[in-house]
Amino acid sequence: MQEWANQLCENRQFGSKMTDSKYFTTTKKGEIFELKAELNSDKKEKKKEAVKKVIASMTVGKDVSALFPDVVNCMQTDNLELKKLVYLYLMNYAKSQPDMAIMAVNTFVKDCEDPNPLIRALAVRTMGCIRVDKITEYLCEPLRKCLKDEDPYVRKTAAVCVAKLHDINAQLVEDQGFLDTLKDLISDSNPMVVANAVAALSEIAESHPNSNLMDLNPQTINKLLTALNECTEWGQIFILDCLANYTPRDDRESQSICERVTPRLSHANSAVVLSAVKVLMKFMEMLPKDLDYYGTLLKKLAPPLVTLLSAEPELQYVALRNINLIVQRRPEILKHEMKVFFVKYNDPIYVKLEKLDIMIRLASQANIAQVLAELKEYATEVDVDFVRKAVRAIGRCAIKVEQSAERCVSTLLDLIQTKVNYVVQEAIVVIKDIFRKYPNKYESVIATLCENLDSLDEPEARAAMIWIVGEYAERIDNADELLESFLEGFHDESTQVQLQLLTAIVKLFLKKPTETQELVQQVLSLATQDSDNPDLRDRGYIYWRLLSTDPVAAKEVVLAEKPLISEETDLIEPTLLEELICHIGTLASVYHKPPSAFVEGSRGVQHKRLPGSTESGESESPDTASAAAVSDAPPAVIPSQGDLLGDLLNLDLTPPTTTGPPPPASSGMQMGAMDLLGGGLDSLLGGDLGGSPAIGAGFGAPPAAMPASFSAPVSGGLDDLFDLGGGVGMPMGAYSAPKTVWLPALKAKGLEISGTFARRSGVIQMEMTLTNKAMSVMTDFAIQFNRNSFGLAPAGPLQVLTPLSPNQTIEVTLPLNTVGPVMKMEPLNNLQVAVKNNIDVFYFSCQYPISMLFVEDGKMERQVFLATWKDIPNDSEAQFQIKDCHLSSDAASNKLQGSNIFTIAKRTVDGQDMLYQSMKLTNGIWVLTEMRVQAGNPVYTVSLKCRAAEVSQWVFQSYEAVLKN
Amino acid sequence: MIHSLFLINHLGDIFLEKHWKSVISRSVCDYFFEAREKAVDPENVPPVLQTPHHYLISIYRGKLFFLSVIQTEVPPLFVIEFLHRVADTFQDYFGGCSESVISDNVVIVYELLEEMLDNGFPLATESNVLKEMIRPPNILRSVVNTLTGGSNVGETLPQGQLSNIPWRRAGVKYTNNEAYFDVTEEIDAIVDKSGTTVSAEIQGVIEACVKLSGMPDLTMSFMNPRLLDDVSFHPCVRFRRWESERILSFIPPDGNFTLMTYHISSQNLVAIPVYVKQSISFFEAGSCGRLDITIGPKQTMGKTVEDLKVTVHMPKAVLNANLTASQGNYTYDFTTKLLVWDIGKLNPQKLPNLRGSLSMQTGVPNPEENPSLNIDLKIQQLAISGLKVSRLDMYGETYKPFKGVKYVTKAGKFQVRT
Repeated sequence: MQEWANQLCENRQFGSKMTDSKYFTTTKKGEIFELKAELNSDKKEKKKEAVKKVIASMTVGKDVSALFPDVVNCMQTDNLELKKLVYLYLMNYAKSQPDMAIMAVNTFVKDCEDPNPLIRALAVRTMGCIRVDKITEYLCEPLRKCLKDEDPYVRKTAAVCVAKLHDINAQLVEDQGFLDTLKDLISDSNPMVVANAVAALSEIAESHPNSNLMDLNPQTINKLLTALNECTEWGQIFILDCLANYTPRDDRESQSICERVTPRLSHANSAVVLSAVKVLMKFMEMLPKDLDYYGTLLKKLAPPLVTLLSAEPELQYVALRNINLIVQRRPEILKHEMKVFFVKYNDPIYVKLEKLDIMIRLASQANIAQVLAELKEYATEVDVDFVRKAVRAIGRCAIKVEQSAERCVSTLLDLIQTKVNYVVQEAIVVIKDIFRKYPNKYESVIATLCENLDSLDEPEARAAMIWIVGEYAERIDNADELLESFLEGFHDESTQVQLQLLTAIVKLFLKKPTETQELVQQVLSLATQDSDNPDLRDRGYIYWRLLSTDPVAAKEVVLAEKPLISEETDLIEPTLLEELICHIGTLASVYHKPPSAFVEGSRGVQHKRLPGSTESGESESPDTASAAAVSDAPPAVIPSQGDLLGDLLNLDLTPPTTTGPPPPASSGMQMGAMDLLGGGLDSLLGGDLGGSPAIGAGFGAPPAAMPASFSAPVSGGLDDLFDLGGGVGMPMGAYSAPKTVWLPALKAKGLEISGTFARRSGVIQMEMTLTNKAMSVMTDFAIQFNRNSFGLAPAGPLQVLTPLSPNQTIEVTLPLNTVGPVMKMEPLNNLQVAVKNNIDVFYFSCQYPISMLFVEDGKMERQVFLATWKDIPNDSEAQFQIKDCHLSSDAASNKLQGSNIFTIAKRTVDGQDMLYQSMKLTNGIWVLTEMRVQAGNPVYTVSLKCRAAEVSQWVFQSYEAVLKN
Repeated sequence: MIHSLFLINHLGDIFLEKHWKSVISRSVCDYFFEAREKAVDPENVPPVLQTPHHYLISIYRGKLFFLSVIQTEVPPLFVIEFLHRVADTFQDYFGGCSESVISDNVVIVYELLEEMLDNGFPLATESNVLKEMIRPPNILRSVVNTLTGGSNVGETLPQGQLSNIPWRRAGVKYTNNEAYFDVTEEIDAIVDKSGTTVSAEIQGVIEACVKLSGMPDLTMSFMNPRLLDDVSFHPCVRFRRWESERILSFIPPDGNFTLMTYHISSQNLVAIPVYVKQSISFFEAGSCGRLDITIGPKQTMGKTVEDLKVTVHMPKAVLNANLTASQGNYTYDFTTKLLVWDIGKLNPQKLPNLRGSLSMQTGVPNPEENPSLNIDLKIQQLAISGLKVSRLDMYGETYKPFKGVKYVTKAGKFQVRT
């Protein structure tokens, strides 16, 4: 106290600069007590200084909540600064002192009536920040008034307040009708109010992916575009992001929106620019390519993107991540701008790495010389990570631009001559890829590579080198010595190297069998007997068996010609890219993952896709089009149905992105399943030697479907896991249809498959009966699904462990999961299946009952049910009748429950039972129904509401099937 | 939207935190500290970090980290732009953006942050509007306030927020009406060993200091507007007029602001004002190296090159430099490995030269990397792109303002590889 006063005097005396640091000086004991006294002082000035001291303590994280009543007492003042300070304090501590916070309510309510709009706005703003349930009730009335205030400053503040309130108590906001008021504000005369209303609605919509809050139609779009020109830069971002969710009706509307958005590209705020780029990139899809305007737009996009790169490094980073997507989608935009991506030595490392990536994407025959010169320059930089990536980039250039391959190889050789350890290792890794792309062309460099064998200490480089030695064993005189030298420390090597060494030695043996018999036996015994790594053991056994039973087959398998790799391997998968383009400027675009994969709190999967251009076929199918319009209905993600064979064969390695990485076990399975369609795993792996161990395991491996015909030790590890899913005893309850013939023997060279689907203990199962009607033994069964509407995929291999002799029948149960690739099928529940055996590959399709997809936690809360039911527009309600059903309503409800159709409530009106039921599909779609049962009347009426209307008829089918069986 | 803000100094202490929604524990910053540790240099910390429940978006300004915490999908650029705006505002208010300045003004900082963001939505970020609501500190006012109990918070509604020109406050009055414009161009270039230009581009900016009474409406036209095909404007500039007539037409904010920035890409021919002849070599035997740098004028358009400075980031193994400069002074900082040669004015008759030997750590292999040279320079009264303002007119007010345009060219990221 004394000290404080002294200081004040001192300041007066000398007129020295007063600073807030004085508020930190009172650190001695009893500080709170002193502040309390000052807060209760009569002198206004002293009060204010005391509040300032309190705030200062608060900012550095000191707990001054004990002063709550004293500070609140200072609230009733006409001094604006003091009021603001008290409000600051209140916002921070109200949560911990809810009862005390009530004391402040009256002042707030009074302030909301103040003649000064600044005070009104301040009051409503602060009230919204006090996150105490009790206060929110009092907030409603003042807020309602403020939303209709004559002053736009108050209205725009109130708009944000609705979002705050929604965050605290969503139900209250809906009950009070604030959402409608907020929607009305989109048509406000003041652009700032419009922008804030849009911002608030977007935030609310994010926590309610299914609610149709942003009802975008040409009229609202027009209003937004008008407001866009006049509101603040931040408002422009909100509006642009909102516009991006709209799907124009035709190319003319699309063009007119683009025209009105392009001026935003010249905005000084880079976030505005990038949001505008998003809108343009998306709507451009709808413009015909031969339109003049299309070309103009392309030209207009380049300069702003380049300008983003002259901003602060953090902005550059985000811009570069987005440019990376843009150049993959539309390389023509920046094809002449290569130079802006050249790296400066003092760029932060995260900017350097991104620039490098884009340089390679833009590399073409025209600019490759320049790019290579740059890359070579980078390879002598200081930063190790960057140098490595630069060396790798040279390899990628060689693969991408064929004409440059020779030059790239010689550049790499120059770099190897530097003998810098990590440069050499990287160079060897990429040269291996170059060999994969241009076989039998650059083998002359092998000698140089071998010289560096000893210096390699990284697994990836060692594995690459071993691969090269094995692959070209016939041209390397001392290949056996080289490989033998690696074998000495076999158990200390990483799995990747061990697997590679095993394969390489087998290759060597097949090429030069006479001299290397001992070597191959040594490695096989190391791999099978002395190793506890299942991958390694499996591969060892496979080789062993292959070599001992049929060396010719072994040669065919191990030395099979490998498909060439291409640059495609490091491109983002097209459907993901399309989705990411819709998310330009967001976190998703920085992480290159769909938002559903990582954004916490994004409830439900909210996929977006680019609007189709005119030629795409899906506009013909009405339900896809309508699904696409409601961008948040999950089925809209499903790409249109493609060619069956093409898709079955065109397997991609990308793990299903919608649900995060699948469990390792199933990824191992996928690999097995892939092989059954021919084409060695190598083809699928592209050049990517350095993936996870599971991927590495596939390198040069024989078909992994083999284990099925094996005895115990081989099918160990992974298969056991799957057994768990298959062999559990089935509690009855869920209805499952009798088996039908899916694949007649006539069509499948004697193999007959009949089957059905069931859901048991939460696991979807495909139950099949396989009958061999041919004359010969069938072995090596494997199964794979084409992409389908719900991402169904086998969760394990097909368990046919013994060969199927003629006229033998076996029952197989295949557990399924729903993390496979998704594509909309027609009909929706169609599943296309490929089954392989030692004779051929067979295709058939079957339909699964949708009830199998009803999950166990499909029981909706009553309130949520009510709200959702109201929320879904009536036109997506479907009604069906089930005839000839003689169950009582309770019995029906029990029966349905067995198939995960849950009855939430029952009401009896005039002798009619109304059952309200809900179910949830594996992909998160909820289906709500109302079932009316009249005693004595065998006809049930089912009304059904669902955001994805396509599923209705299949749900109805399930009802019928379940109730009648 | 933006949830919380933490200010962190270079030692890794959090010295200020502000939450716009519920309070988020400081421990969330641990993820940031981890990344900071990994990045070694503060400049290399990735700006966007993912943690299990939050996203951390940070910028590094003036040895401080501005770290924001977000919970939902927000455009990261939006957040980064906003953080830079916060830093700019501090700079504007307090004349600096260091930890001490911020701690000295913590209450104003808090008031500013509250005014700039509401529930995570930007509220008032225009310096003019903010200054109307929260007056910047100055010595006189704090003394007067102390004596009279006055306040530094404005009592009136910031009119600008409601008008169609939110960037300008109403009722501006000056006795001397003046408008100054600074055209500054920075050359970003990479020149390779042999002296060939690898890439060169110009970042231009027109900064304005406008002190005009009332509601002046200005137009600025250029001799050669064709140069400007990649521009970004202050929101006050009427874009339509620019599109159709290539004239800048605007009602200016009051005081200092950036009117426009432009970018002249490497596809145009960019003049490089100086050439550099250099040789830096290290010898295996004797653990020493030689350095010889000469600088001469190239395309200076007849103007003098001033403030010439060469910075070389030497490899780790270089212990000391024993050099002679024919002009200016050089310093070699052993800890940062920075060789700085401050030359001053470039005399075309007598070219500056720096040569001598470098002593190296013995027993370590020769450095692999070649140090790059960073050049700083300044040329007064010249916009190297050739851009020139031809007219500046004022409408809407009757007084005769004093007008002036100044040009200067600087080196931006001007690098010479060796």
